[in-house]
Amino acid sequence: MQAFLKGPSAISTKPPAAKERAAAGSSGEGKRLKPIPWVEKYRPKYVDEVAFQDEVVAVLKKSLEGADLPNLLFYGPPGTGKTSTILAAARELYGPELFRQRVLELNASDERGIQVIREKVKAFAQLTASGSRSDGKVCPPFKIVILDEADSMTSAAQAALRRTMEKESKTTRFCLICNYISRIIEPLTSRCSKFRFKPLSDKIQQQRLLDVSEKEHVKISGEAVSYLVKVSEGDLRKAITFLQSATRLTGGKEITEKIITEIAGVIPKETIDGLLSACQSSSFEKLETVAKNLINEGYAVAQLLNQLHDIVVESEDFTDKQKSAIVEKLAEVDKCLADGADEYLQLMSLCALVMQQLTQNI
Amino acid sequence: TVFWTESCLFLFCVQVQCGDFPHLLVYGPSGAGKKTRIMCLLRELYGAGVEKLRIEHQSITAPSKKKIEISTIASNYHLEVNPSDAGNNDRVVIQELLKTVAQSQQLETSTQRDFKVVLLTEVDKLTKDAQHALRRTMEKYMATCRLILCCNSMSKIIAPIQSRCLAIRVPAPSTEDICHVLSSVCKKEGLTLPQELAQRLAEKSGRNLRKALLMCESCRVQQYPFTPDQDIPEMDWEVYLRETANAIVSQQTPQRLLEVRGRLYELLTHCIPPEIIMKGLLSELLNNCDGQLKGEVTHMAAFYEHRLQLGSKAIYHLEAFVAKFMAIYKKFMEDGLEDMMF
Ligand SMILES: Nc1ncnc2c1ncn2[C@@H]1O[C@H](COP(=O)(O)OP(=O)(O)OP(=O)(O)O)[C@@H](O)[C@H]1O
Ligand SMILES: Nc1ncnc2c1ncn2[C@@H]1O[C@H](COP(=O)(O)OP(=O)(O)OP(=O)(O)O)[C@@H](O)[C@H]1O
Ligand SMILES: [Mg+2]
Ligand SMILES: [Mg+2]
Repeated sequence: MQAFLKGPSAISTKPPAAKERAAAGSSGEGKRLKPIPWVEKYRPKYVDEVAFQDEVVAVLKKSLEGADLPNLLFYGPPGTGKTSTILAAARELYGPELFRQRVLELNASDERGIQVIREKVKAFAQLTASGSRSDGKVCPPFKIVILDEADSMTSAAQAALRRTMEKESKTTRFCLICNYISRIIEPLTSRCSKFRFKPLSDKIQQQRLLDVSEKEHVKISGEAVSYLVKVSEGDLRKAITFLQSATRLTGGKEITEKIITEIAGVIPKETIDGLLSACQSSSFEKLETVAKNLINEGYAVAQLLNQLHDIVVESEDFTDKQKSAIVEKLAEVDKCLADGADEYLQLMSLCALVMQQLTQNI
Repeated sequence: TVFWTESCLFLFCVQVQCGDFPHLLVYGPSGAGKKTRIMCLLRELYGAGVEKLRIEHQSITAPSKKKIEISTIASNYHLEVNPSDAGNNDRVVIQELLKTVAQSQQLETSTQRDFKVVLLTEVDKLTKDAQHALRRTMEKYMATCRLILCCNSMSKIIAPIQSRCLAIRVPAPSTEDICHVLSSVCKKEGLTLPQELAQRLAEKSGRNLRKALLMCESCRVQQYPFTPDQDIPEMDWEVYLRETANAIVSQQTPQRLLEVRGRLYELLTHCIPPEIIMKGLLSELLNNCDGQLKGEVTHMAAFYEHRLQLGSKAIYHLEAFVAKFMAIYKKFMEDGLEDMMF
C-alpha cells in the first residue's frame, strides 16, 4: 500500500516544467491571479461577448441604451450562455457597485420554497430604485430578480411567484432560466418574453476555441478543433473544459484526436464494432462477455446509445425496418436509464434486440 | 504496484500541477480503484497532510427546522461526504455544507493552494433536486472550492452537472493487473501465492479487485500454505442465489414460487441490493435455458428491474420476474413436449 501511494509522485515530479507552469498562471491579466479553470476565466463579461444568441443580445442591448426591459425567460441546453448573458447584462446595467443592491440572484442551491418567494423576493422587490448611479451614469429605475435553474422550483413556488411578478411589475423585472421550458408553469411562461438558447453552431464554437487556444498558447490543429466541437455536442462549456484538459495532458505538445477521444469518454470505434459483431454472431454467451466487458471498462451506456444511434441511422447494412426497431429500443433504454435502471441489464436488453433483428429478419 | 489506467492517472497528475483543473467527475465500476486514485490526487495536491483524517459528525438544520445528522471525513484540506446518507434531505446537506466550506477561508495559510476540495461520493444516488442544487454552486465558488464527484453510473447524473465537470473514466483492472496486485500484496504479507492460484482468483473476481483481495484472504484462512488447485470459497450469498435459480428452473408451481419468495426475502434482508439479485438470477437462468428463450428472459429482467427502481418495494418486482419466467419456461417446455409427441 505504501509503495502504491508513492507511485504517482514518482511520475508527476517530471511534467510539466516549472516554466510552463508560470506561463499558465500569468497568461491571464498580468498579475498573479488565483488559478481558475478556463470556463470561468473566459465567461463573457459583456453582453457583446455572448456568441450566437443574437436575438437576446439585441433585446438586451436596447435596454442598455435605455429602453424598458420585459420579464425574461431563457431556456436551452447546458453550456449555451444563459447564466452568463443575464449576469453580463446586469453588470453592464448597474455597474459593479449597484449590482449588489439591485440584483437578486436565486438559484437551485438556495432555498426557494413558497415562503422564500413570498417573503424574500417581495421584500427585495419593494425596495425603491432610483434612476441614476453613483458614477453619474443613468441606470434603469428597476431591479432584477434572476431565478436561475428554475426547473427545480416546485410548481407551488412558481404559482406563488405569479402574484409577486404582477404586483411588483413597476419596480422589478424577473429573469427565469431553465433547461426545459416544459418544467415552467404556463401562467409564468405567458408573462415573459421567451428566448431559446440554441446549441452553439460548429463554426462559432470553433472560433471561440481558437480564440482561447491563442490566448493560452495551445498548439492545436484545425481538424482537432473540429473534432473537439463534434464530441461536445453544442455545449461550449464542455468544449472549453476538454480543451484545457487536453492541454494539460499533452503538456505543450500538439493536441491530437486520440487524446480528445480519451478525455471526452468517447467509446472507441473498435469497441462498438466488437459489440455489433457479437450481436451478429447469434451466440448469447459471446454477447454476455462483450457486454460485461464494456461495463467493466467503465463506459457509460448513455454514451453508447448516442454513438450507436449515429451509426445505425447512417449505416447501409441495416434495412429500414431493422433501423426503426433498433432506434425505438434506443429511446426506450434511454428513458429507463434516466429513471435509474441498471446499466448492464439495459445494455443486455438492447443487445438482445439488436441480435434478434440482425439474425432473424434476413 | 501497478496502475492500469496510466493515461487517466497521468491526466490527474499533470493537471494537478497547475491549480486550475476543473471539477472532476470520476466514474467506473465498483472496486475499480476510484477512491484510491482520488486520494492519490489529494496527496499530490496537499502533501501527506491529507492522510490525517478525522471523522466528524455534523448536524445541519434544514430551513424547515429539521435537524439532519451526517458524518464527514475531513483533513485540513479536504472534506469527504456521502450526501445520499441523508436520504431525501441530501439537497439540504449539499446546500448548507458546500456553502460553508466554500465561503470559509482556508484553514492554514501555509498551504500553497487557494482552494479546498470537497469529495462527494455516490453522487449517482443523489436525488435530482440535490443535483440541481449543485449546479450554480459549482460555478460560483470555483475559485475557492473544487469538487470531486465519484459515482458508478453516469446515466444517473443530470446533463448540467456532466457539463460542469471533466469526466474521468476509471476502468476495472484487467485480470493480469489483478494477478500482479495479488502477488505483490501477498509478498508484502510474507505469503507465497502460486501463480496459478492468483490467476484463478483474478478470473473468478470478474475484474473486481476488492473482491479478489477478499477471496484471497478467505483462501488464506481456509488453507495455508496455498496450493495451486485449492478450493476458492465462494461468498455465501452467491451460492444461495445460484441455488435459488436452480429451484426456479427445476419446478414451476405456485408452491415453488412461495419458496423462492422466502429465499429472495432472505437475500434482501441481508442487504444484497435488488439489482445485484436480479443480475445474478439472470445470469444463472440464462445458463439454464434454451437459445430462443434467452432474449426474452433478458428483456424481462431489464423490464422488471426498471420497474423496481421506480417502485418502492423491491420484492414485488423480483417476484414478478420469477413468476413471469416460470410461466414462459413452463409453456416452452410443454410446447416442446407436444412437438415431440406429434
Ligand atoms: N454563447 C456563449 N458565448 C460565449 N461563451 C459561452 C456561450 N455559451 C457558453 N459559453 C461558455 O460556457 C460557460 C458556461 O456558460 P453558462 O454558465 O452561461 O451556461 P448556461 O447556459 O447557464 O448553462 P446551464 O444550463 O448548465 O446553467 C461560460 O463560462 C462560457 O465560457
Ligand atoms: N493501483 C492499485 N494497487 C493496489 N491496490 C489497489 C489499487 N487501486 C485500488 N486498489 C485496492 O482496490 C480496492 C478497491 O479500490 P477503491 O476503494 O478505490 O475502489 P472504488 O472504485 O472506490 O470502489 P467503489 O465504487 O465500490 O467504492 C481497495 O482495497 C484498494 O486498496
Ligand atoms: Mg446556468
Ligand atoms: Mg469508493
